Amino acid sequence: MNENTNNKWVWIGAAVLLVALCVLPFLVKNFRVFQFNMVMIYAIAVLGLNILTGFNGQISLGHGAFYAIGAYVAAILMDKAGVPYWATLPFSAVICFVVGYLMGFPALRLGGHYLALATFALALAIPQMLKYKGIEEWTGGVQGIVLNKPEAPFELSVLGQPLSADRWLYFYILLVTAIMFLIAWRLLRGRVGRALVAIRDHPIAASAMGVNLPVYKSLTFGVSAAFTGVAGALSATAVAFVSPDSFTSFLSITFLVGVVVGGLASIPGAIAGAIFIQFVPNIADEISKSAPWAIYGIFLILLMYLMPTGVAGMISKIYSRLRGGPAAASAGRSVASAVSQPVGGSQS
Amino acid sequence: MEALLHQIFAGIANGGIYASVGLALVMIHQATHHINFAQGEMATFSTFIAWWLIQNGWPYWGAFFFTVAISFALGLLIQRTVLKPVEKAPVLTNVIVFVGLLVIFNALAGWIFDHTIKSFPTPFPKGSLIDTQFFSSHEIGSIMVMLCVLGALYAFFRFTPLGLAMRAAAQNPESARLVGVRVSWMLGMGWGLAAAIGAVAGMMIAPIVFLDPNMMGGILLYGFAAALLGGIDNPWGAVIGGFIVGILENLLGAYVIGTELKLTVALILIVGTLTLKPDGLFGKAVVTRV
Amino acid sequence: MKRKFLALMVAGLSATLVSGVAVAQKKYDTGATDKEIKLGNIMPYSGPASAYGAIGKSMEAYFKKINAEGGINGRQIKFISVDDGYNPARTVEMARKLVEEEEVLATVGVLGTPPNSAIHKYMNQKKMPQLFVATGATKWGDPKQYPWTMGWQPNYQGESKIFAQHLLETKPNAKVAILYQNDDYGKDYLKGFLDALGDKAKTMVIKQLTYEVTDPTIDSQMVELKGSGADVFFNITTPKFAAQAIKKAAEIGWKPQHYLNSVSNSVGAVMLPAGPENGVGILSAFYLKDATDPKWHNGAEYKDWAAFMAKYMPNGDLKDLNNVFGYTMAQGVVQVLKQCGDNLTRENIMKQAANLDINLPMLLPGVNVKTSADDFYPIEREQIGIWDGKTWVMQGKTFGR
Repeated sequence: MNENTNNKWVWIGAAVLLVALCVLPFLVKNFRVFQFNMVMIYAIAVLGLNILTGFNGQISLGHGAFYAIGAYVAAILMDKAGVPYWATLPFSAVICFVVGYLMGFPALRLGGHYLALATFALALAIPQMLKYKGIEEWTGGVQGIVLNKPEAPFELSVLGQPLSADRWLYFYILLVTAIMFLIAWRLLRGRVGRALVAIRDHPIAASAMGVNLPVYKSLTFGVSAAFTGVAGALSATAVAFVSPDSFTSFLSITFLVGVVVGGLASIPGAIAGAIFIQFVPNIADEISKSAPWAIYGIFLILLMYLMPTGVAGMISKIYSRLRGGPAAASAGRSVASAVSQPVGGSQS
Repeated sequence: MEALLHQIFAGIANGGIYASVGLALVMIHQATHHINFAQGEMATFSTFIAWWLIQNGWPYWGAFFFTVAISFALGLLIQRTVLKPVEKAPVLTNVIVFVGLLVIFNALAGWIFDHTIKSFPTPFPKGSLIDTQFFSSHEIGSIMVMLCVLGALYAFFRFTPLGLAMRAAAQNPESARLVGVRVSWMLGMGWGLAAAIGAVAGMMIAPIVFLDPNMMGGILLYGFAAALLGGIDNPWGAVIGGFIVGILENLLGAYVIGTELKLTVALILIVGTLTLKPDGLFGKAVVTRV
Repeated sequence: MKRKFLALMVAGLSATLVSGVAVAQKKYDTGATDKEIKLGNIMPYSGPASAYGAIGKSMEAYFKKINAEGGINGRQIKFISVDDGYNPARTVEMARKLVEEEEVLATVGVLGTPPNSAIHKYMNQKKMPQLFVATGATKWGDPKQYPWTMGWQPNYQGESKIFAQHLLETKPNAKVAILYQNDDYGKDYLKGFLDALGDKAKTMVIKQLTYEVTDPTIDSQMVELKGSGADVFFNITTPKFAAQAIKKAAEIGWKPQHYLNSVSNSVGAVMLPAGPENGVGILSAFYLKDATDPKWHNGAEYKDWAAFMAKYMPNGDLKDLNNVFGYTMAQGVVQVLKQCGDNLTRENIMKQAANLDINLPMLLPGVNVKTSADDFYPIEREQIGIWDGKTWVMQGKTFGR
C-alpha cells in the first residue's frame, strides 16, 4: 500500500513540477528567462563535468575548452552552412566526444593534481587557439561570430505574455536538458555507473575485477566532453554570439565550482550547481560594488566548510534524517562518505 | 646570430620569473602535497604590501624583508584558519578553497590598491651590477636572489631539525605524528614558507612586468610548467625547469610557431611532460604499493 | 457619501485631464520621468582590463556633481554602471539586465570592442541607444546599418592615418616594425596604418608581431623587432604592455621613431611607470588635455576639473588620463540630455546626439565634438604630441576632419 501511495505522490509531484516549469517563463521578464536558459545550459555542462570528476574521479579544470568547441562548431555550422540551430547539437556532441576521447589518453597516466594542471593548461590555451589567424576565416578570429537568435515558429500568448525568442528557446533547452539528464541517469545508474565509481575509488581492485580501465576512462572523458559540448552548442544559440574572450580559463574553474557546490556524483546536484554559478556572481555584485569577487570567494569557502558534499549531499542528509531512524541516517552518511572519498585514490 | 642570442637570453630572463614561481609551487607541494592555485595572487598581494611600504618611505631592503616576514605569517595564518577545516577533506574540496582564495586575493588587491599599473623599484638598478647588452642588472640580480633562496631552502631542509620534521610530516604524517612531530603546524609552516617565497618572486618580477592585480595571471601557467618539468618535488628542478620553459617559449615563439600560439606551447609542454616523463626531468619516481 | 463619491470623481477626472495635457508636452520612454533619467553603463571593473574602470567611476562622479547642482532640466541622473569583466558573454547578460530589468533610457560609454560587438545587434534590435561607446573601433560610426550605435573618441583607423601621414612626411623611406595586440583593437589600428601607407606598406613594413593580453611580458617580441633592423616602431599596445615596450626598448638600446597609440599615452598609467627618460622622443596622438602638462594648469578648464576631482573623486589619480576621459564623456552626455529638453524618448536622444557641435573644456584647442545624421564620429581631430621626459609637448597642428 505504501508503494502505491508513494508512487501516486511522485507522479502528482512530477506533474505539478512540469506545469510549473512550463508556466514559469511567462511569469517573468524575458531577461530572467534568458538567465534560466543559462542555468539549464550550465546544468548540462556541470553534469558533463560531474560524470568525469564526480563519478569517475578525474579532475578536469579544462571543460571550458569543450564548451567552447561545442559553441564554435554550432556557430560555424549556423553561420557558414546555414544549419538550423537544433541540428547543430549532434555535430557538437560528436566532435567534442572525439576530442574528449583523445584527451583521455594522456589523462590515463595522470592523476589528481597533475590532470587538473594539464586540463587547466588546455583551458588557458583555448582562447588563443581560437584567435589563430589560420582558422580565422571560419571562426571569425577575435571578432567572433554574431548569430541570429531563432524566433518562435508560431504565435502564442500565455498569461498576456507572448512567446518571445527567449521563451521559445527556454522550452527547446528544457527539452534538451531533460533528454541529457535522462541519458546520464540511465548511463550512471547501471553497470556503467558502478564501474565508473569503482574506478574512482579503487582502480586497482576494479581492474582486477575485469573492468577495462583505459577504455572506460577514455570513454568517460569522451562522454563528459560531449555533454559539455552540447551545452556549448546551446549557449551559442541562446547568447547568439561566440568569441574567444567568452571562453577564458575562468569558465572552466566556474564549472568545477558548480560540480562541487552541487555535489559530487550527484545528477540533480548539477542543477543546484548551475544555479549557484549563474546567480551568485550577480548577488555578490549587489552586495559589494568594489570587490564582488571577494564576496564570491568567501561564499565558496563558506560553502566548503558547511556543505563539503555539496547541496545534494546536504539534501540527502536532511532527507535521510527526516525519513527517520538512525539506520536511515547512517545509510545516508555512508553514501555521503563514499562520495567524499579522496578523489584520485592511490596515485602512482 | 645576435638575434638568436638575444632571444635565448631574454628566455633565460623570463625563465628566472617562471623559476621563482615554480619554486614556490614546489615548496607548497613538498609541504602539503597540494598544488596551490592561489599562489600567484598571494604573491601579487605581498608585492603590493611591499610597494605600499616603499611608497611610505621605507628603504627597499627594509620593506623587502618585512614583506617576506609578513607573507610568512599570512601564509601560516591562512593554513591554520582557512585550510585546517578542510585538511582531511577530499582533493576537490581543497581545490575549490584554493580557487576561493585566488579570487579573494585578486579582488582585495584591486580594491585596496586599484588597477592602474605601478612601477616597482628594483634593488639592482641599471649600473649596479653588470649591465650587458643581453642582461640588465636586475635580471642578473633576481637570478642571484633566487639562487640564494634556493640555497637557504636546501640548507634548511637538509640540515635543520625543523626542516627534517617538515619533510617527515609531508611524506608520512602518521609516522611523523608518532614520533612527536606536530604535523598540523608543519603544514602551516610549509604554507608560510611558500608564501614567503612567493613574495620574493613577486618582488623580483614586478620591476619587469609592472605591478597590478592581474600581474601573475599569465605567469602562473608557466610557473606550473616549470615546476612540472623539473619534477614537482625538486626545488632545483623547478629552477632549471623555469629556464627551460622560458627559453623554449621564446625560441619557439620567435622561430617556429609565431607569437600567436605561445600558450599552446606551454600546453604541449605540460601535457608532454606529464605523459612522457611524469616525474619531470629531475624528480624522483614515486612508487605506490598496491 | 454620494457627494464624497462625486467629489472624488470630479477630482479624479480633472487630475487626469490636467496630467493628460501636461503629458502631451513631455514625452518619455521607459527610464525617464519627471524626476529622473536612468542611464546604463557597462565597464570592466574586474579582470584584465580593470584599469579602465576608472572611466566608469569618473563618469559616476561627474553625474553626482550634476545632480548636486540641480540635475538636467530638473531631473536627477541615475547612473547604473555594472561590471562585465571584459567578457563579452557577460556583457550580453548585463546589457539585457540594463535594457529589460533596469529599463534604462539609454546606455552610455560601454567599454571595449569585443563587449560592444557582442551587444551591437541586440541594442539596435531593441532600439536602445548604444551611445558614445568607449572604444575607437571604426565600425561604430555606421548610422545606416546601426542607427542606435554611436562612437565617441577618434576612431583607430583615423588615428593610424595621422601617424602614417606624419611618417610619410618625415621619413618616407623608413623601415617599420609593428607590435599589436592580437584582437579587434590591434587589428583595427593595423589596418588603418597599412591602408594609409598604401602601396608603400609592402616595402616599408618589415616586421609585424602580435601578443596576447595574457602574455606576461612582450620582451621577446621587442627583441625580435629590434633585430629586424627597423628604424620606426608603431606601438599598438594597451597601457601595461606599452610601458613594458618603452622600458624594454630603452634597455636593449633601440631608439626608433616611436609612434604610440592614444589608448596608452596616459602619463600616470604608462609614461611614468615606464621610466620618464625612456620615453623621450615618442610621438602620440591626443584629443584630451593631459592633466600633467603644466601648460594647462593656469586655465579655468583645468582648475574646474581639478576642483571636481578634489570634491567628487578625492582618491582619484590626477595623472590618470582615464579620469579626464570619463569627465569629458559625461559632459557630452549631459549636453545631449540638455538638448533633449522634455522630449526624453530614445529616438530623440539619438537625434540630438547626431546634432552636436560643441567644444568641451578638457579637449585640446582645435578639437571639437561634431556629429550629423551621417557622421557618427563625434571626435575626429587630434594633435601630435612628443614626450620630453616630463610631459607631452603638443605640436600645434590639428589633424583630422
